[in-house]
Amino acid sequence: MTDTLTRTVFGRLSLESLPFLHEPILLGTFIVVALLGLGLVGVVTKYKLWGYLWKEWFTSVDHKKIGIMYIILGIVMLLRGFSDALMMRAQQAIAFGDNPGYLPPHHYDQIFTAHGTIMIFFVAIPLIVGIVNFVMPLQIGARDVAFPFLNNLSFWLTVAGALLVMLSLFVGEFARTGWLSYAPLAGLQYSPDTGVDYYLWSLQIAGVGTTLSAINMVATVIKMRAPGMTMMKMPVFTWTALCSNVLAIAIFPALTAAFFLLLLDRYAGTHFFTNELGGAPMMYWNMVWIWGHPEVYVLVLPAFGIYSEITSTFTGKRLFGYSSMVYATVVITILSYLVWLHHFFTMGAGPTVNSFFGIATMVISIPTGAKIFNWLFTMYRGNIRFELPMMWVVAFMLTFTVGGMTGVLLAIPPADFVLHNSLFLVAHFHNVIIGGVVFALFAGMVYWFPKAFGFKLDDFWGKVAFWGWVIGYWVAWTPIYVVGLMGTTRRVNHFDDPSFQPYFIIAAIGAVIILVGILGFVMSILVGFLKRNQHKDVTGDPWEGRTLEWSTASPPPAYNFAFTPVIHDLDAWYDMKSRGYERPTSGFRPIHMPKNTGAGVILSGLALIFGFAMIWYIWWLAALSFAGLFAVAVGHTFNFKRDYYIPAEEVAATEDKRTTLLAQGA
Amino acid sequence: MTDHALEPQAEPTWYLAEEEAHHDHGAASPTILGFWIYLMSDALIFASLFAMFGVVASAYAGGPVPREIFDLKLVALNTGLLLASSITFGEAMPHMEAGRVGPVRFWLALTGLLGAGFVGIELYEFAHLIAENAGPDRSAFLSAFFTLVGTHGAHVTVGLVWIVTMLIQLGQHGLNPATRRRLICLSMFWHFLDIIWIGVFTFVYLYGVIR
Repeated sequence: MTDTLTRTVFGRLSLESLPFLHEPILLGTFIVVALLGLGLVGVVTKYKLWGYLWKEWFTSVDHKKIGIMYIILGIVMLLRGFSDALMMRAQQAIAFGDNPGYLPPHHYDQIFTAHGTIMIFFVAIPLIVGIVNFVMPLQIGARDVAFPFLNNLSFWLTVAGALLVMLSLFVGEFARTGWLSYAPLAGLQYSPDTGVDYYLWSLQIAGVGTTLSAINMVATVIKMRAPGMTMMKMPVFTWTALCSNVLAIAIFPALTAAFFLLLLDRYAGTHFFTNELGGAPMMYWNMVWIWGHPEVYVLVLPAFGIYSEITSTFTGKRLFGYSSMVYATVVITILSYLVWLHHFFTMGAGPTVNSFFGIATMVISIPTGAKIFNWLFTMYRGNIRFELPMMWVVAFMLTFTVGGMTGVLLAIPPADFVLHNSLFLVAHFHNVIIGGVVFALFAGMVYWFPKAFGFKLDDFWGKVAFWGWVIGYWVAWTPIYVVGLMGTTRRVNHFDDPSFQPYFIIAAIGAVIILVGILGFVMSILVGFLKRNQHKDVTGDPWEGRTLEWSTASPPPAYNFAFTPVIHDLDAWYDMKSRGYERPTSGFRPIHMPKNTGAGVILSGLALIFGFAMIWYIWWLAALSFAGLFAVAVGHTFNFKRDYYIPAEEVAATEDKRTTLLAQGA
Repeated sequence: MTDHALEPQAEPTWYLAEEEAHHDHGAASPTILGFWIYLMSDALIFASLFAMFGVVASAYAGGPVPREIFDLKLVALNTGLLLASSITFGEAMPHMEAGRVGPVRFWLALTGLLGAGFVGIELYEFAHLIAENAGPDRSAFLSAFFTLVGTHGAHVTVGLVWIVTMLIQLGQHGLNPATRRRLICLSMFWHFLDIIWIGVFTFVYLYGVIR
């Protein structure tokens, strides 16, 4: 009787579901996380910051603040994802022969799953979305994105997904099925516990956020550009952001559908991906990879945009081959949709199908190569300033090219039959994602940081971060390429052959060097903040930039531009500077802006509760929170007063302050 | 606004000194474009479900086959209801353009009734199938059938909630830029579901019974 009652109230949640009570590693993590969390809450409460945070940040619909919040989320989750990486490297460095290492398979499998899931969904995506959110509207001369409230909601849905993953550390467990949770392994029969449910619900909730954000960004680029900015006068970063988000809209539905069907298999007893009653597990692979392969281009296209902006700025030249850059971006967008099957050449689709996808994969290297040449020719005879962002660009070009070449190697089906599921593949995708995406994220954060906060990051620690990452990357992944080529498979937590151990020890050392890089980056923010008065950016244009975001103040006012700019040329700000633009200092008018709203936080909170209730089979809570979601969403549409005007006097006051600042600077 | 590049002049215009207040866009509002893009992404979810159905369409696993379980007459009636509801929604829109709120509400309510009839019949069909031991857990074919048709039905249900919401908001505020914009989006949503249903009717039901 009491048993049924407990089950009705708590679902399958019980004291047994709290693994940190009996696993020392988790207990340690729990204590650290709990102390950090309590400390943070304490500080915020002590300085009475809750109201400020709620009013100015959490409920903000300002694209700049939402962008910054995305980036903070990405950095926090990077620390989590990287601790997973260190644990794996440590385990593989010691678990040889009689030594089982310190992580049992049950735990190790959760760690590699969480590492991949977190790094892609909660590090790379939030950081890219954050930078796009912050920079793109400024580059096109807009005052906000097309749907400011939706932007806030997208962010908080991503946070809800991230929180679910973090929760799985301490309540229940995470999936042990690899970062894409292949069926039938991820079906109820082989993974009956909560791990895969955590995985699916967190990614479904965050996925809704990403899809909505992509729709928002596309509508923004199409509808909100300043007058005069034709498509072929858009900055390259805006182009890549557009293509990346178009691609995201085209692929996320496939992932949502695949996860939806797997959820039905797990909750409603359907037979989509089971081995019984006609199920077709390979269909799951097809659907997740129709999302999965283009996804890396969703990440890397804006990265290419970041490199383009930086190369052009720090060589003091217009980008070489602007239109070829645009076409290359569009071609990559389309081709990336036609290569997914190369992730499972070994499925047995036959030589014809494999040849098609192999060749399509190799063809992608052509527009990508064209981009590399464009950057090289931009630098050629340019007046190159090797400041930190430019250093990242050069490191990217060297590192990424190697990753691209191993990718073409893997695209050859017979070679793939040998290398499939090996550590060579793992080294390849870390090569392109770290060398391509992560380097771009750091380059972009260093480059646009003064725009966001009004001071530059600390240069010394920035260089520590740079060298830590670059050297660490090569030390960590070169030996993995080697052991992978020798046949070591991925996702293994113990090796019998001791001759491989030196390679894994070197790789572990490399991971530690990367740790130095990560800590260096955190230090560059802290030291940069402490020295903020020495590295202040009063002009709004600290790097001699060329695009519109550098024409406004650092940090930009809420309305971005007091007057909507009119564009005559690509590199609009360079054009303005070179043709005698004078900043208007009078004649300000009231500016129409969207109001802040708490609906995004509330909806995402309800989504989080709903996800948690579904994972633990707490049906009453699931029903209640779902009804709540619906009610709040409908209720929000009854609020018609969503905008306000910034009065002309306030605009004038803000702009006058800048006039004084500029005069001081000059 | 951005269709034509402004010619470089001797003294270029660098900014707009006078701006029209641009919050009442009507049909040019980014919302219409954004909603259209959303519909395309939703169409891709349906495309994925159709693809799944196509792969397992004959995976009966010894269970019932389409000929035995599909009642084409009932489905034809249902199709008629949904198509008729698109016509009634089409009747509402010219009245919206002309600013006549009464007829808009009338046709919208009629659309809602037809839609509710559609959902009711679909639920009856589902209950009937499950009672005959032809539920979604019987075979991959039935899993895909219930999921594809059910996802469409869930969309129609959301559309019904939206219609009720609009009826209330039209009562409160009449036709203003916000309610007009929402009606245009709802109209696109409703017709979109009709198109999906034509695919379902053809490929699931009609094609199912002839093979």
